[in-house]
Amino acid sequence: MYEWLIAPFVEFSFMQRAMIGCITIAVSATPVGVFLMLRRMSLTGDAMAHAILPGAAVGFMLAGFSIGAMTIGGIVAGCAVALLSGLVSRFTEVGEDSSMASFYLISLALGVLIISVNGSQIDLLHVLFGSALALNNEALLLLGSIASVTLIALAVMFRPLVMECMDSSFLRSVSQLSIYAHMSFLVLVVLNLVGGFNALGTLMSVGMMILPPAIARYWSSRLDTMILLSIVMAVLACYIGLLASYHAAWPTGSAIILTLGAVYIVSFVVGPKGSLMRRMATQKHKHLSA
Amino acid sequence: MDDDSLGKPLMLEFRNLTLGYDLHPAVHHLNLVIDDGSLVALVGPNGAGKSTLLKGIMGQLKPLDGSILHPSVSRNEIAYLPQQSQVDRAFPITVEELVSLGAWKQTGAFGRLRMRHKSRVTEALAKLGLSGFEKRMISSLSGGQMQRVLFARLLLQEARLILLDEPFTGVDSKTTQDLLVQIGEWHRQGKTIVAVLHELDQVRRYFPLTLLLSRQPIAYGSTNEVLSPENLEKARQLNEAFDENAEFCSYV
Repeated sequence: MYEWLIAPFVEFSFMQRAMIGCITIAVSATPVGVFLMLRRMSLTGDAMAHAILPGAAVGFMLAGFSIGAMTIGGIVAGCAVALLSGLVSRFTEVGEDSSMASFYLISLALGVLIISVNGSQIDLLHVLFGSALALNNEALLLLGSIASVTLIALAVMFRPLVMECMDSSFLRSVSQLSIYAHMSFLVLVVLNLVGGFNALGTLMSVGMMILPPAIARYWSSRLDTMILLSIVMAVLACYIGLLASYHAAWPTGSAIILTLGAVYIVSFVVGPKGSLMRRMATQKHKHLSA
Repeated sequence: MDDDSLGKPLMLEFRNLTLGYDLHPAVHHLNLVIDDGSLVALVGPNGAGKSTLLKGIMGQLKPLDGSILHPSVSRNEIAYLPQQSQVDRAFPITVEELVSLGAWKQTGAFGRLRMRHKSRVTEALAKLGLSGFEKRMISSLSGGQMQRVLFARLLLQEARLILLDEPFTGVDSKTTQDLLVQIGEWHRQGKTIVAVLHELDQVRRYFPLTLLLSRQPIAYGSTNEVLSPENLEKARQLNEAFDENAEFCSYV
């Protein structure tokens, strides 16, 4: 038992680093994901991941395989797409879904163009699927910094963010913070996606952001519980995924996301809040009063 | 200036106000003064610019021309209840938490919610007939209950100017009655209220003043005089579709 469940993390420092990195992402990206889900913007996470990719690739092209350069490239491209689409939708009469899709496509096309014109061969597989088992100190430090910034920012802007999600017209009626709440939230999405791509790859980091909140929604209808539950769920999935990846030599990112995927399927079938079972089992009801 | 207008300081003044979207005016050249403490019904056909005018007062829409003045109140003394559909009813938040957001003036974005805010939430809910609903999720409320919750939030805002956009749409008659009582109480406390309404009988019974709007002002004053058959007919006729070929306005 010990050999299977604990020993890999005791014996190998690359497993320890992978676990620390994944936990850091879990703690940081999932609360952001909860708000994405509540704003019905889950697919925005996916779009933003596309927007980041070219920035990271350009960073790689200019500075080689440097986490710093790829991160800065990703952040610049992601923030540019987020801010431009936010501003265009606020100041014109067309919705943010359309402006965001437009800008991420422009960003993606631009990235592909730059790469092919320069004839560079980028290990896109690394960017797509990451390498949780090869995290160095620099990468862990980056993840830690992003997590710190994210958690502090979420704590500071929790109330405006809740209001912006639930009733943005009320927030606009009592303060000017609406646009800042929205924009800084999008920046947090970008930061976490960029942070995630080193450990899990861009696509997998989107999964860490989106799946745990989607699971938690079937188990709780309270915001605070939902956030805690998503974090716990994400951390557990990291542990199970890393073990599976170690023992069966599966790609780490896939193992983690598939673990979450399995829990998601179980949740929407049997979860206590609005699941399939719950909807089918509505025969019982209570008296009007005690 | 007569004694009456001296005794009542102005709350809202529209000076040659034009509000609109994409160059087309939704409110056209409105000149009007609303006294402090007035209870005003804002009436007009669909597309007459009623909601647009409220958005303009809130500063959410910039005038194309003219200005809106409220010299005696700052922005955080104005409360605005938009049409109900704008609240995300699926959001996981309790009645108590939603109502407590009305204390924004005291707590701001970052301040702690103190015991006195919580007791004010309980009081406000009791006043609107929702005692015991504190811990309920808003997703479990009926349309009428939700509107009572939003009125409770308005109570916490302690505003001097209250703007209500179709507050009784989709709300049952008992709730409408109770909310009208609350509006009457605000009026007695000296607050200024502007409410967009459709039911003319309701307006005649409860609202002493009416602004009849059909993109341009038709009439403002005592409700019975404003809601005359002639004025209502005029409002209907004026409210035509946007004319794409209309010349640019040269009104000065």
